[in-house]
Amino acid sequence: MLSTILSWITRAILFGVVIMFGAMGETLTEKSGNMNLGTPGIMCIGGAFGFGCTYLYEMNAQNPNAFLSIFIAIFCAFFFSALAGALFCLLTTTLRANQNVTGLAMTIFGSGLAKFFGMFIIPEGVVTVKATFANRLFSKRMPVELGSGKIATVIEEVFFGHGFMLYVAIVIAIVMAVFLKRTRVGLNLRAVGENSGTADAAGINVSRYKYLATSVGAGIAGLGGAYYILDYNYGGWSTGAAGGIQALGWLAVALVIFAIWRPLNLIWGSFLFGLCYWLYNYIGVFGVRMTSAQSALLEAIPYVITILVLIISSVQKKRENQPPAALGRSYFREDR
Amino acid sequence: MEQKKQVAIEMRGVTKAFGSLVANKDVDLCVYRGEILALLGENGSGKTTLMNMLSGIYYPDAGEIFVDGKSVSIRSPKDAFECGIGMIHQHFKLVDIFSAVENVALAMDSQEKYNLKAVAAKMQQICDRYGFELDIQQKVYDMTVSQKQTLEIIKVLYRGADFLILDEPTAVLTPQEADKLFQVIRNMREDGKSVIIITHKLHEVLDISDRVTILRKGQYIGTVDTKDATEDSLTEMMVGQKVELNIDRPEPVDPEPRLILKNVTCKNAEGIIVLDDVSFTVNSGEILGIAGISGCGQKELLEAIAGLQGVEAGGSILYYSPQNRKTTELVGKSPRKIRDLGVALSFVPEDRLGMGLVGSMGMTENMMLRYYNDNKTIFAEMKKPRKLALKIKEELDVATPGIDTPVRALSGGNVQKVLVGREIAASPTVLMTAYAVRGLDIHTSYTIYRLLNEQKQAGVAVIYVGEDLDVLLEISDRIMVLCGGRVNGIVDARTTTKSEVGLLMTNMRKEAQHD
Repeated sequence: MLSTILSWITRAILFGVVIMFGAMGETLTEKSGNMNLGTPGIMCIGGAFGFGCTYLYEMNAQNPNAFLSIFIAIFCAFFFSALAGALFCLLTTTLRANQNVTGLAMTIFGSGLAKFFGMFIIPEGVVTVKATFANRLFSKRMPVELGSGKIATVIEEVFFGHGFMLYVAIVIAIVMAVFLKRTRVGLNLRAVGENSGTADAAGINVSRYKYLATSVGAGIAGLGGAYYILDYNYGGWSTGAAGGIQALGWLAVALVIFAIWRPLNLIWGSFLFGLCYWLYNYIGVFGVRMTSAQSALLEAIPYVITILVLIISSVQKKRENQPPAALGRSYFREDR
Repeated sequence: MEQKKQVAIEMRGVTKAFGSLVANKDVDLCVYRGEILALLGENGSGKTTLMNMLSGIYYPDAGEIFVDGKSVSIRSPKDAFECGIGMIHQHFKLVDIFSAVENVALAMDSQEKYNLKAVAAKMQQICDRYGFELDIQQKVYDMTVSQKQTLEIIKVLYRGADFLILDEPTAVLTPQEADKLFQVIRNMREDGKSVIIITHKLHEVLDISDRVTILRKGQYIGTVDTKDATEDSLTEMMVGQKVELNIDRPEPVDPEPRLILKNVTCKNAEGIIVLDDVSFTVNSGEILGIAGISGCGQKELLEAIAGLQGVEAGGSILYYSPQNRKTTELVGKSPRKIRDLGVALSFVPEDRLGMGLVGSMGMTENMMLRYYNDNKTIFAEMKKPRKLALKIKEELDVATPGIDTPVRALSGGNVQKVLVGREIAASPTVLMTAYAVRGLDIHTSYTIYRLLNEQKQAGVAVIYVGEDLDVLLEISDRIMVLCGGRVNGIVDARTTTKSEVGLLMTNMRKEAQHD
């Protein structure tokens, strides 16, 4: 019983880390007023390139270096995703394309690129390539031993039984919250997303802020993709992985709404989503017997609560809980 | 006034044109330190354009600007700030979910350390010094319009502006709030700051300013000391002599009441009264001109008649049918319902491509919009609208490559012809037009006047909301003047004078007159 619940929690946390990265990236992007629905695709790009680069490194190096392996995975995932984010910004901010259409196209492009990459770029081809070395590094538990008592085991499993990316994600969320709330650049960024005209009049370079927030946001989201493959998916790449990342990417977009655009809410929100998502697999613990059709329906719970949160926050009409006011709108000074 | 006055800002021979429209021609303006200057003029007289050249929104085509005696070139709002000029626009530039202090911090010099407490302390100093009342931690979305305006002024002062320009600051304020604002402005004058107030309200000019500069149709008319000015003298300078336009004005044909409005009061979305206890009669076979400074309830009045604007309880709009003399109450009915009752209203709104026509559709489809309901089958009936479109194109000489060209691609005058043509083709008994000739060239304007007169002679009751007094005086039979949402008088257009109407527009009479 206990071990099953612990395994459920662990699974939920791993899952949560993937969507937390995606949602943090999307939150940062949306704070600049850009609605990047390309996030699922960008996470695929991050996954494909992060995995691919570190895989090629460990295949070709005599003695792969742990630090380099991690660095290559993270850097490549971030860099190529950020490029995709910059492309999105080029299309919507500079070339004035519609954000929603561009975002959806970006998702199709990203997952397609990732599939192509998996199919043809890696010499061995698709099916069962694994970055074993990197997987070991990413899934390595924190070196904390708390003895053998029951409570000690629970604490150890829940708080320390995970790879380092969990802690990186939490730190990023906290830093992002402080950045948005307590720094001038954060204030300026929020102003751009709320009222670009006012920000412009105050002397803020609206385009620069949009480019930077969208690119860095896409980069962070891409880390989620890399993490998906190197830890959540046990280091294995297949073209199917792109589909898996994309599905989680949409949940990440939903999580942004669930967290009402606040980075700190993303931390517990992502784990809650993870628990809900994996509920179908562990519901037997509670003595509930379900047909597979019924348990498949359970996977929809995160979406249902997102809709509920959306309804509640719009009924409340509390202004702090609304999306950035200029979200999805392009800004051109001449339109004033 | 004993000490020698020091010139703060001077504009010499400033000219600005937008395409063929000259907004400012050879304007001089001068403001001293420690002085309140009123910039007076009708709508469209170029006041805001002139001030936008000081605040860096526009760059003058010709002329020079001096600040403290030095010639300067102001190319952006940033340049303006470096000269110490700050302008408070009619549309506030604030971030709603930010608090007052965050909004001020946003405008901060990036060299300064980011410290909201220090910003708040400095803001409090400014408030104390000039007598502003503002909760510095309050969020903007919780603020009243007056508080937002206060915040805008503090923002400008925080940045160290010495010269303040306020664009119609009282337009959005209650009288009490306006008094408070004036007190603050006086305090700023005592502190040696120069303030320019754009306004068209005479009593404010007399109340607060030291001198008045008057513009008319983009031209500089003159500057007078306020103590030597009266309402009459200012009105005369503002509206000028009557210009003969030679618009036809046929005699009304058997006028009989078509619409009778009684005690109509309307509130806008913010719950502020925009139309206050309005009563008047619209007769068939005559043109009723409606004059007034913009935003005095003209839009709401027409929309109330058309069924688009809610009317407060107690108001009544009665329609007298020409066929059977039956009366219909229009208040509380939707436009659709009004039409189904056989009331033939036509409405040419101010916002032509927003409310009147669909910009991305061609003429034919725009014709269909008015008759979409006549369709009996699921397929759109195209023949009749097509015929009508062709007829309008022919008769009104609409310059378009074809009746299927999106109307957005047409010039303003041709768009208006399409709209007016369609509304007239509906053979209305009441035709309402809002700023029907705004932005049109002379030739098209006269075409519109001719169409309106034809309708009048056909027995239609025409309501003509206009802004050019010369036109109103020549085309209307009667002129109703709105001031601050109330009827400030209804005059016979054949005998009245331009200055009488001008005075009615700018001064609320002690007792509002009812027809």
